Amino acid sequence: MGEVLVVTSGKGGVGKTTTTANLGTSLAMSGNKVALVDADIGLRNLDVVMGLENRIVYDLVDVVEGFCRLKQALIKDKRMESLYLLPAAQTKDKTAVTPDQMRGLCQELRGEFDFVLIDSPAGIEQGFRNAVAGADKAIIVTTPEVAAVRDADRIIGLLEAANMRSPHLIINRMRPSMVRRGDMMDIEDMLEILAVDLLGVVPEDEQIVISTNRGEPAVLSHSSKAGEAYRDITRRLQGEVVPIQPLALDGGIFQRLRKIMGFGQN
Amino acid sequence: MKGVEDLLDLINRVFGRETPSKEVAKERLRLVLVHDRSSVSPQFLQSLREDLLLVISRYMDIDDRDMDVNLTTTENQVALVANIPVKRLKRFSNA
Repeated sequence: MGEVLVVTSGKGGVGKTTTTANLGTSLAMSGNKVALVDADIGLRNLDVVMGLENRIVYDLVDVVEGFCRLKQALIKDKRMESLYLLPAAQTKDKTAVTPDQMRGLCQELRGEFDFVLIDSPAGIEQGFRNAVAGADKAIIVTTPEVAAVRDADRIIGLLEAANMRSPHLIINRMRPSMVRRGDMMDIEDMLEILAVDLLGVVPEDEQIVISTNRGEPAVLSHSSKAGEAYRDITRRLQGEVVPIQPLALDGGIFQRLRKIMGFGQN
Repeated sequence: MKGVEDLLDLINRVFGRETPSKEVAKERLRLVLVHDRSSVSPQFLQSLREDLLLVISRYMDIDDRDMDVNLTTTENQVALVANIPVKRLKRFSNA
């Protein structure tokens, strides 16, 4: 029986879809059978981030309405043998699916896959309720900004009210140089405020823009610092203890040397 | 005027007199979250009210019908304001 994880945030634009794509790809790279579900009906994007937009025939709404079988709607990834995407419908809206239908869908997927990752839409309305309905655990993505943290707090409250097991936090787009000069909240600040378990910290990385342009998740590139952080998170999701190293975020010894010698900084 | 302010800001920063902006962010978040969290569940104040009543009743008789418990937010703090009419104090021995 697989595990169903929902990736959610409240606020839009903090990196839910990027996180879902990277964790899914990375979990598949480590040998798991993985299904990615885009629950953002009407505003689907996981397909483009994965570079699979040209292969869509059926979508999530077709499956729950019984127009096709689940297997027909699942798109096999280009690169990973064991990675599949269930795309959202683009021409319907959030009310096309009910929480009960999502629970049923997750139940079916959990029988086939080791991990099911659900990409939640922003907001706290029905789209969010659908996305979390069938999940065992929630991964909350936030960035070190007032609006994102506030919305994450709201989401944590809603998840608690729905009796979901303690959510895990990913802090995305961390900028070490700004943290160093006191212009960005650091890991401890955010954990103190939100009081949840930390799953990982992902540095701001231009490589993410490039990866998304190409439709190839950053975990596939070994030069991406964000990709490296996502690979660490993947190991933690599989039960490994991988320390979060703030120094790695600071660029490590070489970058610091370079900085001392005056060759700019990250 | 704006230019002067920016210049002052810069000077303050150079001499390290200004609060780092992350401290401002934390403080603003702290305040806004007290308010958000109290309004997430309508049961919050009711359950606080009931618990307060329980504890205070050990020490005094209070008029729970006129009891008023609320959170008030001002510019830089959130306060729990409770107005609880006391009917009678209980005898309290140290023994």
